[in-house]
Amino acid sequence: MAGRLMALWDWFDSRMPSVAEEWRKHAAEYYAPKNFNFWYYFGSLAMFVLVIQIVTGIFLTMHYKPDASLAFGSVEYIMRDVWGGWIIRYIHSTGASAFFIVIYLHMFRGLLYGSYKRPRELVWIFGVLIYLTLMGEAFFGYLLPWGQMSYWGAQVIVNLFGTIPLIGPDLALWIRGDYVVGDATLNRFFALHVIAFPLVLLGLVAAHILALHDVGSNNPDGVEIKKHKDPKTGHPLDGIPFHPYYTVKDIVGAIVFLAIFCAILFFTPEMGGYFLEYNNFIPADPLKTPAHIAPVWYFTPYYTILRAVPPLFNSQFPGVLAMGIAVMVLFFLPWLDRSPVKSIRYRGTLYKSALGVFVVAFLVLGYLGTEPTTVWGQFEFDAFFLDTKEVATWVGRLGTVIYFLFFFLMPWYTARDKTKPEPDRVTM
Amino acid sequence: MSASDPIDRTRRNLIVATSIAGGAASVGAAVPFVVSMWPSERAKAAGAPVEVDISRMEPGDLKVVEWRGKPVWVVRRTKEMVDSLKAVAGKLTDPGSRASAQPDYAKNEQRARKPEFMVMEGVCTHLGCSPQMKTLAAKAEMGTDWIGGFYCPCHGSKFDYAGRVFKGAPAPLNLPVPPHVYVTDTTILIGDDKKGA
Amino acid sequence: MRTILAALAFLPALALAAESGYRLDRSPHNPNDLVSLQAGARTFVNYCLNCHGAQFMRYNGLQEIGLTEAQIRDNLMFAADKVGETMRVSLPSRDAKEWFGVVPPDLSVIARSRSADWLYTYLRTFYRDSNTTHGWNNAVFPNAAMPHALWTLQGERAFEIIPHTDNTGHVSVENKWTQIAPGAQSTVQYDATVRDLVNFLVYVGEPAAQSRKHIGAVVLFVLSILFVLAYALKKAYWKDVH
Repeated sequence: MAGRLMALWDWFDSRMPSVAEEWRKHAAEYYAPKNFNFWYYFGSLAMFVLVIQIVTGIFLTMHYKPDASLAFGSVEYIMRDVWGGWIIRYIHSTGASAFFIVIYLHMFRGLLYGSYKRPRELVWIFGVLIYLTLMGEAFFGYLLPWGQMSYWGAQVIVNLFGTIPLIGPDLALWIRGDYVVGDATLNRFFALHVIAFPLVLLGLVAAHILALHDVGSNNPDGVEIKKHKDPKTGHPLDGIPFHPYYTVKDIVGAIVFLAIFCAILFFTPEMGGYFLEYNNFIPADPLKTPAHIAPVWYFTPYYTILRAVPPLFNSQFPGVLAMGIAVMVLFFLPWLDRSPVKSIRYRGTLYKSALGVFVVAFLVLGYLGTEPTTVWGQFEFDAFFLDTKEVATWVGRLGTVIYFLFFFLMPWYTARDKTKPEPDRVTM
Repeated sequence: MSASDPIDRTRRNLIVATSIAGGAASVGAAVPFVVSMWPSERAKAAGAPVEVDISRMEPGDLKVVEWRGKPVWVVRRTKEMVDSLKAVAGKLTDPGSRASAQPDYAKNEQRARKPEFMVMEGVCTHLGCSPQMKTLAAKAEMGTDWIGGFYCPCHGSKFDYAGRVFKGAPAPLNLPVPPHVYVTDTTILIGDDKKGA
Repeated sequence: MRTILAALAFLPALALAAESGYRLDRSPHNPNDLVSLQAGARTFVNYCLNCHGAQFMRYNGLQEIGLTEAQIRDNLMFAADKVGETMRVSLPSRDAKEWFGVVPPDLSVIARSRSADWLYTYLRTFYRDSNTTHGWNNAVFPNAAMPHALWTLQGERAFEIIPHTDNTGHVSVENKWTQIAPGAQSTVQYDATVRDLVNFLVYVGEPAAQSRKHIGAVVLFVLSILFVLAYALKKAYWKDVH
């Protein structure tokens, strides 16, 4: 039996040697640094979640109806009448939030260890493109249940595009396919969510990994392991083959991830209204806006930035612009960071403080975006320059300023920072 | 990999154990997806049994109801129609209904629980068109030896008053008889035969 | 930093806030109590189904709460013929709009959008108000278009908000409820009726909820076994790496 299997494999391998070649190049003989830590699980976890979302998405599409009069009912049909449907639906909804948690932690790893620095700038750029595409994918997907939050969230975001000078109103009309978010919008968002953006995601993920494998992975010490190779084998001294070491380690990571994921999925899929919003159990009503619209939690930091900027020159566009720049600035990170060292382990106090403050600001911005601007009440005192006395708005403005300063001042504080010398070899 | 025997064995055992456990868990995880493709509760409800009131049917009447998207005929056969079943036996492909689909209680000569009422699916077993009833009066168009039955306009298959197919027709089988039961003397439940007689 | 943390501590309070600020009571329903669920189903069909539908709930699904098909057909099916049908409302929406000003919402997932606590409090805080078109108002949902559908059970009550100022100048507010006319049930009985109805609405909101938790326990157990094996496997390989 084993002999026949070997013969079958040889038949295949002799006609398509690239399969075995790619396996060697990207797994069995891809030498990755041996000191990967906790922060290095999130890349493979992101791929895992992508697969989960695609598989559950396919099965959901077997029953979902992308029609304004049928969509909400078809989701309840999946939850009740389709055998096993509720599991598939909850996996997909939990997976959407899990995707962003994993991605934010994955990006944070990049900030910690300077993974975006030369020669990995392109890996980072593909990554930011994936992040943008993922935000679009989530945005289109969120309209599909056709609940109140789906409808009004889409209405608000498309109207944001409408504030762009000159082309805004026409652009919004073109995106919607109608004068308000409606059936036409739902159908095209369905097409984009199910086919277009997943294909783009898959392509970008492939590019992201290929670009990474071409230059080799970074590591928590920021040391280039290719600098010291074994003279006999030519392999990096501090490298180990991805397969079997990291395949076996990532399996453990995947199981731990699944445990947390399943605990949420089976015991609290709504996650207090953050993963499945309460208002979205009310069918979309174009005539009735909910008292409190907020985007899903993973967009809220940018929502706070949008709300923090007051209308200027009778236009909301400055806020939209600020929100857009907040995302786009990520592209420039490899060139904003002037530090000679990659990893936070060898950076000075300036960078560490800046990163710490940035993280706190991002979390606060995120929280504020989930709440109405009245959440922290009003200031007691009066001042002529205050356009608003809401505490939350001013904290949001402070957070926005910190967010932008982290990036815009980076060329200055990373150049001035007192760094420690990077080691020659990795530390375990 | 030059590892000493104990380590190799532990590693191999763990690989086997983890693979088996992982494989089993994966099969379990696949269950909801596979199961989701079975008919949903909505499909089952739409395919639920249909009650037919036969109290107002005259002899010779044909009533058509829909069950699972298909036309189901209830024919109140006259005495002549029931008698004709024996006469045409020689002209049929499968007079004993050996190959066709019918419940056990319809495996008799009249293919019915009660000879007076014939319950069968009005779907030609050739390519699915719905045949038309042609009584004795249609001798002119059906031919001189026609004593009554059903004619499929699509490709010319002919069936008798028990849905049995005539020789020479493109249709291979007699018309199927769906499960059915008399809930009362004047009501037939089509699609279910677990209740009562 | 400290102020931020202190402010974050207020998060839980926001969850229980009602539109008018009326404090919600905790719903005491028990999802495992089949008798309570069945009583709730009966109340729902008799008092709510006239105006509200539960269009995503099938009658034969009620077998999950311990009813037989015969019991469902004999006792609960006024608005449908076949037991596989859904609990659609018989009231045409055009008439509803005319009579109430708004179409009564479908209640299939009302427990998920409003919450059980909200429903439990709402159904117990109707009061007489001569200023509204139908003579009823509600403390949790002011000026609701819905009259007190269960008034024959609870009776008629009056509601007053009385402000009090103590000698330090601190203003507090008293919610004063008075029974004007008795209903068929005592307060304890009525609270139980509402509890059962809310229990049923929570069930209808997500019929798979209980099996979800049971399957979850099994899944986590399986994952813990997988974790032990996978971790041992990882350690077996990584022994070589220094």
